[in-house]
Amino acid sequence: MLSQANEKKLDEIISHYPVKRSAILPALYLAQEEHGYVTDEDVKYLAQRLDMRVNEVEEVVTFYTMYSRKPVGKYKLQVCRTLSCMLMGAEQIAEHLEHKLKCGMNETTPDGKFTLMEVECLGYCDLAPCLQVNFDYHEKVTTESVDKLIESLK
Amino acid sequence: MTNVLTNRFHLKGAACDIQVYEQHGGYKALPKALKEFKPEQITEEVKKSVLRGRGGAGFPTGMKWSFVPKESKRPKYLVCNADESEPGTGKDRDLMRFDPHQLIEGMIIAGYALSSNTSYIYIRGEYWYIKEILEKAVAQAYAKGYLGKNILGSGFDHDLYVHPGAGAYICGEETALLESLEGKRGHPRLKPPFPAVVGLYGGPTVVNNVETLAVVPHIILNGGEWYKALGTEKSGGTKLFTVSGHVNRPGNYEVPMGYPLMSLINNECGGMLGGRKLKACIPGGSSVPILNAEDCEKMTLDYESAASVGTMLGSGGVIVMDETTDIFETTRNVTHFYKHESCGWCTPCREGTRWLYKVFERMHRYEGRPGDVELLYDLADKILGKSFCALGDAAAMPVQSAIKKFREDFERRIKHNIVQIQKAAD
Repeated sequence: MLSQANEKKLDEIISHYPVKRSAILPALYLAQEEHGYVTDEDVKYLAQRLDMRVNEVEEVVTFYTMYSRKPVGKYKLQVCRTLSCMLMGAEQIAEHLEHKLKCGMNETTPDGKFTLMEVECLGYCDLAPCLQVNFDYHEKVTTESVDKLIESLK
Repeated sequence: MTNVLTNRFHLKGAACDIQVYEQHGGYKALPKALKEFKPEQITEEVKKSVLRGRGGAGFPTGMKWSFVPKESKRPKYLVCNADESEPGTGKDRDLMRFDPHQLIEGMIIAGYALSSNTSYIYIRGEYWYIKEILEKAVAQAYAKGYLGKNILGSGFDHDLYVHPGAGAYICGEETALLESLEGKRGHPRLKPPFPAVVGLYGGPTVVNNVETLAVVPHIILNGGEWYKALGTEKSGGTKLFTVSGHVNRPGNYEVPMGYPLMSLINNECGGMLGGRKLKACIPGGSSVPILNAEDCEKMTLDYESAASVGTMLGSGGVIVMDETTDIFETTRNVTHFYKHESCGWCTPCREGTRWLYKVFERMHRYEGRPGDVELLYDLADKILGKSFCALGDAAAMPVQSAIKKFREDFERRIKHNIVQIQKAAD
């Protein structure tokens, strides 16, 4: 079940392809945006909506790292850990965030505000180290700039 | 710097607007292509340019296009691979966010060359804001009649859609990308048949990288010979390189093919960070063999020179490392990446990358066992050339080259050796 606005968006997306199933990745983003994560109902609903079997949707959701099957924080703090960012101090950024938020990797703060994650290369290698908050990129971050960023996230 | 692909970058993204793009030479190649060229003549012109795929594999673009059968019962497709996720690479990002119409114009011309009426841009999900930039640009191109039915009165129809990926490195492999676009897990397909014959929805399909397609309007405007002459005899044109790591000015730089690697580091990038010495460089994204400082001095940025020093030009992701860098640790880092990104389809890659990482982990704790360096090398050998797609090779090559070139960084991690070192010190 999606909102009317998202149902309309999904109809438009489906029209881009000769088979409905091709719309599964964009459709999962819509569901995730609405519910915060991909719920059991979303999986069942999208299977029916896109002429797929439930297990086919499930195998797609679990393959791609940008979908979550369980609730996550309001802000997903994704620290890039791959080589270029590592060279420029990504480990210190990750440790700093763990201390500051008193939260381990792939954990959510008790107030449900932040989920801390280490992710693989985000394509901002020349702007390292980088951090993505939900879909927003933050480049050349430092422990100071990360502190300011956390303050600004309400 | 030679500005072909980056000649509108100084507008800092203003060229995302179609009017600005047109004022700066945009949408001049498309009418020329439609009026003065037959589809097969475009492919010929691209062949003359000796343009090779800029995504990593370096396959000649014109030849790839010519594999598509003229007649086909199923629709033909053009797919732009914008799933940029090779560690060290961020060039397609800037090509799309600063000049999206250049790519779109290139795609319409390529679509015309292939007589294809539909194309998709498969963009990595993390680049969500760039997806929005592209969608806006596509809408503008439709409004101006550059996309849609009967483009500029030529009788050629073309539709273009932007499709998001969702965080899987493997989807940069062209057949895995097609599976993903069909709404499945991104597992690579068996080749042959190659996508040019059986691709998206079973139709003939060309998959090209963003940079490759962005070159096309320039080849149409100035000719294939002109483009070729910008580079070397065998590696024509210019190429974008993303320089990251220990340099003063990391960034994306467009240079002519054949440009010395050290000039890129010392001139464009302003030299090494803190004036420290160069230790190592990975010149084509994390998948290609690593170079030591001596190799770097010899290498020029073209396919032939890269091969002569035992590496590859890859995606053009130049990762620079100074004398303070531990090559064991950097190799452990990229091995974690390949372990994480292995799609799990074939045994050598799925099991091999995990086993590699397991050995890396114990060596990281300085608990390496005698023979572990050889074990790493041998494990990599068991993956190399034995996996279903190139991801296995991409995991194996960095390990083997790092051991060959920087063995001392690995030996230091063997417990036995540490005891010896301590004894000697006492």
